[in-house]
Amino acid sequence: MKRDAGIPSGPLHQKWDKHCFDSKLINPANKKKYKIIIVGTGLAGASAAATLAELGYQVETFCFQDSPRRAHSIAAQGGINAAKNYQNDGDSIQRLFYDTIKGGDFRSREANVYRLAQISNHIIDQCVAQGVPFGREYSGYLANRSFGGAQVSRTFYCRGQTGQQLLLGAYQALARQIHAGKVKSHSRTEMLDVVTVGGKAKGIVVRDLVNGKIEIHGADAVILATGGYSNVFYLSTNAKGCNVTAIYRAYKKGALFANPCYTQIHPTCIPVSGHYQSKLTLMSESLRNDGRIWVPKKKADHRPPAEIPEQERDYYLERKYPSYGNLAPRDISSRNAKEVCDEGRGVGSTGAGVYLDFSEAMKGLGRKMIEERYGNLFEMYERITGENPYQTPMRIYPAAHYAMGGLWVDYHLMSNIEGLFVLGEANFADHGANRLGASALMQGLADGYFIIPNTVSHYLAQVKPGRGNTSEPEFQQAKEESEQRIKKLLSIKGKKTAGEFHRQLGKIMWDDCGMSRSEGGLKKALASILLLREEFWKNVNILGEGNDLNQSLEHAGRVADYLEFAELICQDALDRRESCGAHFRVESQTPEGEALRDDKNFCYVAAWEFKGSGKSPTLHKEPLNFETVKLTQRSYQ
Amino acid sequence: MKFTLYVWRQKNQKDKGKIEKYQAENITSDMSFLEMLDVVNEDLIQKGIEPIAFDHDCREGICGTCSLTINGIPHGPDKGTTVCQLHMRRFQDGDVIYIEPWRAKAFPVVKDLIVDRSAFDRIIQAGGYVSVSTGGAPDGNTLLVPKDDAEEAMDAAACIGCGACVAACPNASAMLFVAAKVSHLGKLPQGRAEQKQRVLSMVQAMDGEGFGNCTNHFECMKACPKNIHVKFIAKLNREYLKTSILSEKS
Repeated sequence: MKRDAGIPSGPLHQKWDKHCFDSKLINPANKKKYKIIIVGTGLAGASAAATLAELGYQVETFCFQDSPRRAHSIAAQGGINAAKNYQNDGDSIQRLFYDTIKGGDFRSREANVYRLAQISNHIIDQCVAQGVPFGREYSGYLANRSFGGAQVSRTFYCRGQTGQQLLLGAYQALARQIHAGKVKSHSRTEMLDVVTVGGKAKGIVVRDLVNGKIEIHGADAVILATGGYSNVFYLSTNAKGCNVTAIYRAYKKGALFANPCYTQIHPTCIPVSGHYQSKLTLMSESLRNDGRIWVPKKKADHRPPAEIPEQERDYYLERKYPSYGNLAPRDISSRNAKEVCDEGRGVGSTGAGVYLDFSEAMKGLGRKMIEERYGNLFEMYERITGENPYQTPMRIYPAAHYAMGGLWVDYHLMSNIEGLFVLGEANFADHGANRLGASALMQGLADGYFIIPNTVSHYLAQVKPGRGNTSEPEFQQAKEESEQRIKKLLSIKGKKTAGEFHRQLGKIMWDDCGMSRSEGGLKKALASILLLREEFWKNVNILGEGNDLNQSLEHAGRVADYLEFAELICQDALDRRESCGAHFRVESQTPEGEALRDDKNFCYVAAWEFKGSGKSPTLHKEPLNFETVKLTQRSYQ
Repeated sequence: MKFTLYVWRQKNQKDKGKIEKYQAENITSDMSFLEMLDVVNEDLIQKGIEPIAFDHDCREGICGTCSLTINGIPHGPDKGTTVCQLHMRRFQDGDVIYIEPWRAKAFPVVKDLIVDRSAFDRIIQAGGYVSVSTGGAPDGNTLLVPKDDAEEAMDAAACIGCGACVAACPNASAMLFVAAKVSHLGKLPQGRAEQKQRVLSMVQAMDGEGFGNCTNHFECMKACPKNIHVKFIAKLNREYLKTSILSEKS
């Protein structure tokens, strides 16, 4: 099994160029002989599909949504980073690279992150050419805003809908290729398994979500761009359909799962209001540009915010991190919010909330300016909470948001299974233990538009075209396994809905594997997950048929995977006895309560190998070698 | 809160479909409309009745998946709001609520409240893009876009492709959807080069899918969760007319 990261030799800034030059190419006339399957049509999947089809490959895309345009990338609000230095404020590729490495608490690969920073500028150019309506200055030049974890202004945006506009750009590029007959698009289709033949990825098993048919598709390479797994917490900012199934199935087929415990909790979300809650809504981090975060100094201070005088307020981020203030990175902001709420100083009826206050900005900038910058977000807040944020401070609380962990990939974005590539949030590579704001869009598009066209060609140049062959027995076997599993789920006919199991799992994960983790808590969680999983397979109740559109069955299949995958997260969190970025082990903190890394023992990527049901997975360590960056205690003070 | 629901149930595209009556109990005013349906569905499952199938995903008003007609109004009574962002505090305890799918020939029902909106995808495929391949784009700032133009392009680009405009229109017209894309790309210098071909192709695709024409009812704008303005339809008509008169092909 291949586990070498395959990072090109030479100086950091020349690695990607060297790689591109050293890559094998395929003659334009021969490209059409190769078929590539892409699962997921978000930023990474759609951009990869469009670009690979433009190059001449035969591409088939699969998504569970009713249209590729609805992938969850669409919900990203704030923006996309690039090292353009249009503001002349000292930005550079080197600085974006360093900010990202540092933001990730020195747990990502130098070479990958440097490449990301290099490519960032091309992404903006490409998107402008596609007609993405970025925010502009009156001069007509592109505008920028600031984001957490950076002291420069390098974020490009389309109001509060940047993800939507970038995704529509990629979707339209994909539509153009569908129209040209170069891409075949399958929507309302869910991937259930990867098929490997002779150790190489050669196809997938899918379920047509409308008629329930299980189908097999063969290809010369399989690309998974299936997003993140934050819904393991049940309540998260992810769309309801986001799931771990595709990458978890690949893991069970032998793909290594890297750093599953790196899960980001976003600091600015609307707090939970009741047990029925189905998801949490994120309010863009860009709000922290002008909003000030505070709680009362006194515990259990139930006065309305306007009646709490200035000297009795604790602007805790400004107090503790004067140089970054309200723009401290996400992990730090989240943990601090939890800390003040745990002290009993939280606000709102549940006590799990802090204020995000715009009154000063309203005085300074005027209501019109605030409306222009954040109007849609303020409206959304009011619709959900029934409170007007122009008059009273918003209440926010952290929520599960993004998965830095994912399938292990090498520098080519190929997993240890040859021919299986993983892009976007589904892979683990670039954000280390914490992702900075406005970097997810950048990574998804870098992977899809610019990296995969190079690396997949290099791989295919060494493979004989299979022309979508599915005659190998492995295909039939994988299909039967998927059919059996569905039959089994439908035959249980127990008493509890999949939704109830999902909520219970979410609570276990949030309580003991959320913003802070301890050995005792994680062991408790592992025991509870095992019991819950056993109960699930005896007592889940799914009505309806398998050969029909059946949303309960879809949900149950995903929950079944989460119930196994949750164990892997806890196992990884238990094994990493250091704190780094979003992974906070209470046993490992500085006297000030900040995450304390242990570089001597944990400066590695934890890549887990599936060893069979009921058996412990094997840990493989990929050491992280830093050639140019000096590892420091991350400080934002 | 308690509600009486009349919900459209239809096994599949061939089934005739009918309205069923359900009670929604233990609902609180902070729930979203879809969370209310979640509660009803959990209750139905416990009673051994197959839950109501409805499309939804992001639940924050941006993916355009949710698509319910509530008391005859696509996305319900709140202006500029998708169903997933509609909250039960908007209703009175004891209200009777009718829930139906989008109704349009070009959007056949798949099951219960779920419809097939792939016609929208095919309209975009006909020309809703700038024909630029990846690579070789010049620096983003070489192309200046006046702020007002960028803002207007964004106003149109905000369309989430949910199809409420079609469901609201007495002619089941997709003009607002098409106009939004044509106006978004046509307002920007990047999109001008192929605007004529785009307008012709997209309008042709729209007609081919079986959507009706616009007869200025403006119901689309009223139902649009993103407040896309009907002025874009006027722009579309102008561009279409100009192109078809001046084009040698016509």
